[in-house]
Parts: sequence; structure tokens; C-alpha cells
Amino acid sequence: MAYEISLLTSMAISVLFALSLNLITGLCGQISLGHAAFLGIGAYTSAMLCKAGLPFFATLPAAMLTAGLVGAVVGLASLRVRADFLAITTMGVVFLFVGIVRQQDWLGGELGISDIPPSGLDKPGFMMLAIVLAAATAGLSVYLKKSWMGRVFNGIAEDEDTMRVLGIDVPRYKLAAFAIGTALAGLAGALYGQHFKYIGPDSFGFIESISVLSMVVFGGIGSIPGVIFGAAVLSALPAWFQFVGDYKLLMYGGLLFLMMRFSPEGMAGIVRRLFRARRPHETRKPDTASAPRTKGIHP
Amino acid sequence: MTAQPMLQVSGVSVQFGGLTAVDNVSFSVPPGTLLGLIGPNGAGKTTLMRVITGVVQATTGSVQLEDDRLDGLAVHQRIRKGLALSQQLVRPFREISVIDNVALAAGSRHTRTPLTALLHRKRDDELRVAHAMLERVGIADYAQQRPGILPLGVLKRLEMARALALQPKLLLLDEPLAGLNSKEAHALASTIQDINRQGVTIVLIEHNLGEVMRICESLVVLDNGSLIASGPPRDVMSQPQVRAAYLGGDTIAAAQGGTETLTGDAHA
Repeated sequence: MAYEISLLTSMAISVLFALSLNLITGLCGQISLGHAAFLGIGAYTSAMLCKAGLPFFATLPAAMLTAGLVGAVVGLASLRVRADFLAITTMGVVFLFVGIVRQQDWLGGELGISDIPPSGLDKPGFMMLAIVLAAATAGLSVYLKKSWMGRVFNGIAEDEDTMRVLGIDVPRYKLAAFAIGTALAGLAGALYGQHFKYIGPDSFGFIESISVLSMVVFGGIGSIPGVIFGAAVLSALPAWFQFVGDYKLLMYGGLLFLMMRFSPEGMAGIVRRLFRARRPHETRKPDTASAPRTKGIHP
Repeated sequence: MTAQPMLQVSGVSVQFGGLTAVDNVSFSVPPGTLLGLIGPNGAGKTTLMRVITGVVQATTGSVQLEDDRLDGLAVHQRIRKGLALSQQLVRPFREISVIDNVALAAGSRHTRTPLTALLHRKRDDELRVAHAMLERVGIADYAQQRPGILPLGVLKRLEMARALALQPKLLLLDEPLAGLNSKEAHALASTIQDINRQGVTIVLIEHNLGEVMRICESLVVLDNGSLIASGPPRDVMSQPQVRAAYLGGDTIAAAQGGTETLTGDAHA
């Protein structure tokens, strides 16, 4: 039972983390290859404050605030650069984060931080907390997508120059997307540190950034059910199958490639196509050669 | 003109490196006017339009919309002051339906800042406005379709409906008739005239001289970046420098329905 609880907790944290990237990349169309840096900022903020004696719950807003502030600064970069240049810029951010943390003795340097003080919740309680926060993030994403902010994000993702001509203050919206998305990544980071009881610079590197991007792409960029599914499955697989665990990078990289090549809309796109393919087929039936056969069934 | 002009362009020059694209151009657009901005290719029409919308910064000079000086404002700020632009190359959002495209523009009071946008969800009013705008430009039948496969004539009207949904003081139309056949162009020009008669001030950049002559109340002619003539269409067209710079005798005959007169020589 303890194993399942631990697995569900890390799945919920992954879902929360992937949803936070989906806000930036999926809804607002701003690619980020450095999202793990914000997971790390949240984790380090929470862990350091816990060690300083603050209760775990008090560190959650602090983790969100720190990550969100740094996120808004990185978002400033997105105002100047687009698409592939933004990808490279955000990639730089994650290397910068790891590089800086490694050199800081007060952050544990290479060794990281262990013995993070407990949250006060038992394991099932902490699992529930992670699930509730992931569900709240999903709820926020659904709300946001249907609000005017979601409609503007959607427009910016497709054609930001035209959005300007419609009177939209594009830079402010992009900054808002980065601030909200990275703050939520900080929240996921706080849970991450508390869950694993250990954090180190390598937990939040480029590979983690690509992993979370694979979850979003696998599930379906922009689709909230898709991203939840993608993050849940891809975070559980390595735990279920030793094989997948050993070849995690290979699998994530392969999935990323296959999805971009064959279904850029991810699993959500595949499901959508299946439904769309079935419906016209049913209505078309009476006109096709199979009509005589169906006539008997539906007189 | 006793009324304050809707748009006042004063002494605008634009230099790209050593090239003067627009040279000390001034004109004003009275409220309610349908003004044609014409000139041969490379005359500086599009650059001037971009100065008005804020994509290009004027080297010198200023642009004023009613009481508001627009100089130094970003594109979206100028739109918020009451400008709207229908772009030459249609750029609908292809992922959403025609009516959603227009509703997005109609929601401008909700989308002023990210916070107001986050706190508002409902868009019944905007859909109603969007539908009215689609009817106004005559494409309400396409409301629920995606723009992807629709003909250019419909997309041009969608572009216009989206601009109108901003409820602008001044509507800038950048070659709305380009790429349409003569029948479509005629119909769209009539729609533009109707919109103007409903009280929208319009600046129309257009190459289709026949339609410009038919619907515009006044013209501004640019050549090599300079304003060479302005005034009522027939007066402008009869001026020799306009004919020399821009028109051949053939074109003027076409524009005036074959009733070419020599009044221009009298002006000269």
C-alpha cells in the first residue's frame, strides 16, 4: 500500500507540474525548454524555509511567489524573442539554474539538501494534498481556458501580430502566462521536495525539462484532459516497468519524436480523430453500399 | 470644415536609411468621410498607413486621432484609442469559427488587461455584437464555419467585420479589394460605402481606381512619398500631375466610365 501511495503522490505532482507548463506552452503558445528550473526554485525555496523552521504549508506561497517572480523575469525574454529563439533562451535558463545552485554552499552545492523537515501530514494525507492541489490546478486551467484570458492566449498562440491589431497588450498577457505557469511549477516543486525528502541540482536539469515537455506533448499540447493523462502515464511507467525506468530518456525522446511526427496534437488529438472518424461514418452508412444491410436493422 | 478632424496627419516623414519613403505629408480626415488614399506602387501609401497604426515610427511629424496624439504609442494602444485596421493579407484565426473571430474583437472591454480577462467568462453580448457585424458585412451565413476553407471574398469581409467589432472611430482599410474579381470587388466596395454611410469614418487604400472613384468622397494622392494632390475625386483625377504620376489616359477613361474630359487642362 505504501508503494501505491508514494506512486500516486508522484503522479499527482507530475500532473501539477505538466499542467503548469501547459499554461505557458499549450494555452499561450510560448515554448519553454527550461521549465524544470522553476520546479527547482520552488523546491529549494520550500526546503530552505522548512529548514529555517517555517511550517511546510507556509512555504507553499513563498515557493510560488519566488518561482513566479523569476518566471516573470524569464517571461521578459519572451517579449523579445519568438519560437526557436525562445526555446534556446529558456534552455539557457535551466542550465543557468543548475550552474548557479551547484556553486552555492548555502544551498547544499552538489550534494543538495536532504533531511527536509516533515510536513506534519502522514503519507496518505500528503498524497491527498498533492491530488487536491493537482485537481485545483486542473480546475484553474479549465476555467482559464474558457475565460477571456484563455481566448486571448489562444489568439496569441496562433498569431500575436494580429492580436495587437485587435488592441491586445500582447507583452502583458505573455508575462501573465509565464508568471502563473511558473508559480504553479514552484508549487509542484515544494511538493516534490517534501515528497522525496531530498533535492539536488540535478533533479531540476534539462532532462527534467524535456521530460515534462514530453508529458505535455504526449498528452496533447493545450488539452487539459490530455496533459493530465500524459503526465499520469509517463510518470507511472518508469515505476511500473523496470525496463522503462532504465531507458527513460530514450523512451521520452522517442515519444516526443513520434508524437511530433505522427500526431502533433498528442493523445488528445488521436482520441478526437477517432470520434470524428466514427461519427460521419455512421451518418454516411445509409448512402453507401452497406445500406441494404442496415435497412433491415433500422426499418 | 468647422468640425475637428477625425484624423490629422501633420508633416509626416519616414526615412529608411537614406531612402525617404514618406516626405512631409499632411492631410486631415473629417468625421464621417470616406477618404481614398491612392498612388502608384512604391508611393508610400502602406508606409503611411503603418505610421498611422504605429508599426512604423515617423522620423518627423505627428498623427492625431480626434484629441489624442498617437505618436509614440504602441499598436494596441492606438487601437484602444479608436483605430481599427483591416489588413491587406487576410489573417483570420484559423482554429476558431468565423463568429468566434469577430467575438474576440468585440470583447475588447474585457481584454484590456490580463486581470479583467481572467475575471470574465461570459460572452453572450460579444456573440450578439459579432453576429450583427457579420450581418453588416453580409457573411452571417458563414458564422459557424472555420475560416480555413472559405473563399477570399468572405475572408476579406471577415477581416472587416473583426475591425468593425472594435467599434472604431476610424477604420483603416488596406487594399480590401485586392485579389477579388470585378463583381466581388464591386459588391465589397458597396458594402464599404454602406458602412461609411452608417457613420464610420474610413480611410481606404486601394488600387482599384474604378471603385475608388465610385465610392470615395475625397482622395489623397501620393507619389514618391509626397502628397501631390487632394480633394474631391474628379478634381483630383483631372490634375495633370496626378495623371502624369499615376494614371495613363486609358486608366482615367476607365475610371470615369469612358467620359474622359479635359477639365484637367483648365486647372493647369
